[in-house]
Amino acid sequence: MTTSLLMFLVFVAITLVITYWAARRSTGSSAYFAAGRSIKGWQNGIAVAGDYMSAASFLGIAGIIAFQGYDGFMYSVGFLVAYLTVLLVVAEPLRNAGKYTMADVLAYRLKPRPVRAMASLSTLTVSTFYMIAQMVGAGALVSLLLKDSGVTYRSAVIGVGVLMIVYVVFGGMLATTWVQIVKAVLLMAGTILLSILVLANFDFSFAAFFDAVRHVTYTGADGRPVTQDFLQPGLRYKPPYGALDLLSLGAALVFGTAGLPHILVRFYTVPDAKTARASVVWAMGIIGVFYILTTFLGFGAATIVGRDVIAKNGGTNMSAPILAQTLGGDIFFGFVAAIAFATILAVVAGLTISASTSFAHDFWTNVIHRGTERAPGEEVKVARITAFVVGGVSIVIAIVLGPTANVAFLVALAFAVAASANLPVIVFSLFWKRFNTRGAVAGLGTGLLASIVLILISPSIMTVDPPTVTGAARHLIQANPIFPLENPGILSIPLGFLGAFLGTLTGREPSAAAKFTELVVRANTGLGAEKATPH
Amino acid sequence: MPPKIQMEPEPGDQTPEVGSATDVAPLGRGASKPAHELTADEDADVADWDRVAATEEFKELLASKRRFIVPATIFFVVYYFALPVLVGYAPRLMETRVLGLNVAYLFALSQFFMAWIVAAAYVRVAGGWDKTARRVIERLDSGRKEG
Repeated sequence: MTTSLLMFLVFVAITLVITYWAARRSTGSSAYFAAGRSIKGWQNGIAVAGDYMSAASFLGIAGIIAFQGYDGFMYSVGFLVAYLTVLLVVAEPLRNAGKYTMADVLAYRLKPRPVRAMASLSTLTVSTFYMIAQMVGAGALVSLLLKDSGVTYRSAVIGVGVLMIVYVVFGGMLATTWVQIVKAVLLMAGTILLSILVLANFDFSFAAFFDAVRHVTYTGADGRPVTQDFLQPGLRYKPPYGALDLLSLGAALVFGTAGLPHILVRFYTVPDAKTARASVVWAMGIIGVFYILTTFLGFGAATIVGRDVIAKNGGTNMSAPILAQTLGGDIFFGFVAAIAFATILAVVAGLTISASTSFAHDFWTNVIHRGTERAPGEEVKVARITAFVVGGVSIVIAIVLGPTANVAFLVALAFAVAASANLPVIVFSLFWKRFNTRGAVAGLGTGLLASIVLILISPSIMTVDPPTVTGAARHLIQANPIFPLENPGILSIPLGFLGAFLGTLTGREPSAAAKFTELVVRANTGLGAEKATPH
Repeated sequence: MPPKIQMEPEPGDQTPEVGSATDVAPLGRGASKPAHELTADEDADVADWDRVAATEEFKELLASKRRFIVPATIFFVVYYFALPVLVGYAPRLMETRVLGLNVAYLFALSQFFMAWIVAAAYVRVAGGWDKTARRVIERLDSGRKEG
């Protein structure tokens, strides 16, 4: 067993013990339920940050910046600015109206069965996309750690993926607010430490660091060395469609966050609107610092390690861990790998639970059985089966995509689906009186369908590879892409809005319009959300 | 403020103790729906919504929110999308060197500060809305006692 593997296992064990201890210490039988009463703004803020900073942020963005320079930093910018949409548009109305999920908001004014069915389908899809990225990250990480023993990426994804799902489903992982807090703190500590090591490598001179960033040398496609200015935009998003693709990515990121099921729900775990705001602000502080530091992780990997070495050692997603190994040796590598792994495990836990409870509760019980459980424990059973199905699908797709797929790019697709399907209906149900059940179903349906179809006919799935490209790196469909952009948002988000708009116009639903005043009063005053005081 | 819903699991509650943020729909509870799942029809008996909506204070609250949120949202969306638009369509300008860096990177970095400043401004203003909202609720309560 190598030093780094040993350190990795030790650190993962320590992380799990800390989270278990922290979760136990919190009062009440379940930290989440207790959180509903006593959590402070800053605690919830760190938890939001923990939920948000997945494998995509730590492994993915560092990887894109290390390979394609400046364009990767656009992900960092979008991931933070997105919180303004959350803060200004959706967080407070949702919290004030006393709603937990998108399904709750929609079902409030509209017909519960059809909208809950569509909402759970959308939640399931977004969670699966998100999960695929985590699986790719976990597989690449573990196969890098076990490189000497000859474990392939494919067996790593299957092994780790199945282990994680089993662990989550059978309740070993206490996916509480506290897990996210511990994880967020560790991730920040690792990132800050790594950034300091990068700067130390340049004798703490920003000038020297950025000078190196302007002259990065790597082996080009033709096998000859290329020197490239990595601060120059356009290395990933090239003409003729690069500029549009960048816009499309930007739209998905900034509008997608407000539609992510596992983020929305965090705003109900706080006692009042003030705390909800405080938690967004705390989250924005932490997340912002983290994403600014991706400059050092990504460009550090590009300048100190170099693309060529990373490409031979697990590819784009392994940029940050390999940078840690180069700068801090095997022990630090083990530490950073363990943080990345804990991050993935925590996010997988949150996603699995979100997807499976949404399906079991919203779809199985509320839609199929009209709100009553047939047999005791049935919902739990359905939720467990759903978790395994979602996990299994993610594992299979992660294997098909292969280790070279960048996880930040994959997560951006989940954001695109959320922005196209979820955001239009959330916004309309909060702000448009006439919005009705048909509109919600049509909006969710068009948004989902448009984003998925556009992804399937995009260059990331459809591309003609030269014969030199073999194995997992080959694209799924060997044909010219029908849709020229790798990010669908620029077309699928307007389509989602259009679907919701046109669907609404096809029908009249006086009962939905009649409840609008009530929703507006609740969303703006919090009246009724805190109605425990008897009058 | 006392808690809204009694969240202690009842005996026989099969909700798994995973309790993540997303574990929102308590599984296996046969009893009444939790408050967040109630539809407008089931949760109607709280206040006379139309009367509240007609009060001057409430109208002023909405107007005040609109006065801040609409321009702030337009501002941040325009500022944010200016980055990919300029990077994509004015690459020469964005590659201009400044302070050993380039305009593109500095503009991207400025987005972080823009986001923090807008968020801080929002929190400042929103504190006032909380007070107005509380007045709306208090007036409603006193009105009810008189009636």
